[in-house]
Amino acid sequence: MPVITARWLGLGAAFLALGLALPAYADDGGIVIVIKGGHFVPSEVPVPAGQKVKLIVRNQDSTMSEFESTDFHREKAVPPGGEITVFVGPLDPGSYEFFDDFHPEDRGHLVVK
Amino acid sequence: MLATLIIVFREVLEAGLVVGIVLAASRGVPRRGLWISGGCAAGLLGAVLVAGFAGEIASAVEGFGQELFNASILFAAVCMLGWHNVWMSRHGREMAADATKIGRDVLDGTRPLYALALVCGIAVLREGSEIVLFLYGIALAGGSSAASMMIGGAFGVVAGAASGAAIYYGLLTIPLRYLFGVTSWLILLLAAGMASSGAAFLAAADVLPALGNNLWDTSFILTEQSLGGQLLHVLIGYTARPEGIQIVFYVATLLAIGSLMRVFRHVPAPVSENGSPARQLAE
Repeated sequence: MPVITARWLGLGAAFLALGLALPAYADDGGIVIVIKGGHFVPSEVPVPAGQKVKLIVRNQDSTMSEFESTDFHREKAVPPGGEITVFVGPLDPGSYEFFDDFHPEDRGHLVVK
Repeated sequence: MLATLIIVFREVLEAGLVVGIVLAASRGVPRRGLWISGGCAAGLLGAVLVAGFAGEIASAVEGFGQELFNASILFAAVCMLGWHNVWMSRHGREMAADATKIGRDVLDGTRPLYALALVCGIAVLREGSEIVLFLYGIALAGGSSAASMMIGGAFGVVAGAASGAAIYYGLLTIPLRYLFGVTSWLILLLAAGMASSGAAFLAAADVLPALGNNLWDTSFILTEQSLGGQLLHVLIGYTARPEGIQIVFYVATLLAIGSLMRVFRHVPAPVSENGSPARQLAE
């Protein structure tokens, strides 16, 4: 597992940069988070405060993931190659952690402003 | 291996605690072992089925099949726990007063064991399907690490089951006179916590409004991801940063089950309606 992690780390970082550069909004207004190489891309997700948002989580890895947050109470399995949608909020400004319950070292935050 | 152990342990822990409490609540009831283990076995079978059809469930109901399925089985469990408690408030005192005679002979035949079996089945189904998905993914990936991760998973199951056994034997140290009072409270809080989780699933699917978030934030004291936080989450529905709708469902469940227990509470009559229980008591 450490070898795999190391190999994907670079790729993950590259995608992270790409993710930050690209707008995070999908066509239908959802905010897209991609699981790629065992990382959330982007890992810091800007979210507008005070409005309900639609999160779209895409799993581009070959393993099962579970998008979970105890900060905003969401829990949803994301099959490999699949995507899920969850509604979140309206949230107050602040930072809300989420993680992959099946790969708990993979974490990110909704940064609500 | 350790990572796998911990992930599986945390899932099994939740089901283990529920089964442990249910077993304590049904202490002394004949054939409860058959019912509870039957419920768990059915839950396990259901877990494999749910995991197998995870894709279909996820894409059902416009992509919110998972949430609606989870919310449905959680609310079913809440109803069963509530029914058990109402039943117990009707008969529990007689049982505790004379566990040997009335408890075994008269009342146990009608005790809602099916309700408790269903609750165990649902707990095993919910956590089990996640474990199956998780371990299946590992097995599918194969490689040298898969075997050691599977061993970790097996240890996780053992550790989680041991926690359930610990709460069961812990509860058994309570004198029988108080035991069912304690288990009724535990089951009431368990039900309220499940209702709160169910409400969060419905908010995720946009069926219910969230009604605010962070009604309080106690994550600096105890996060839900810590072991203590997770224990409290399962047992009493502890939530570090709750949504409004969760609190509404939590309180409503407490009030609903609590008032039903009060309405149907058995008032012990000194000379009862010339029924057989009175005669048995007199013996």
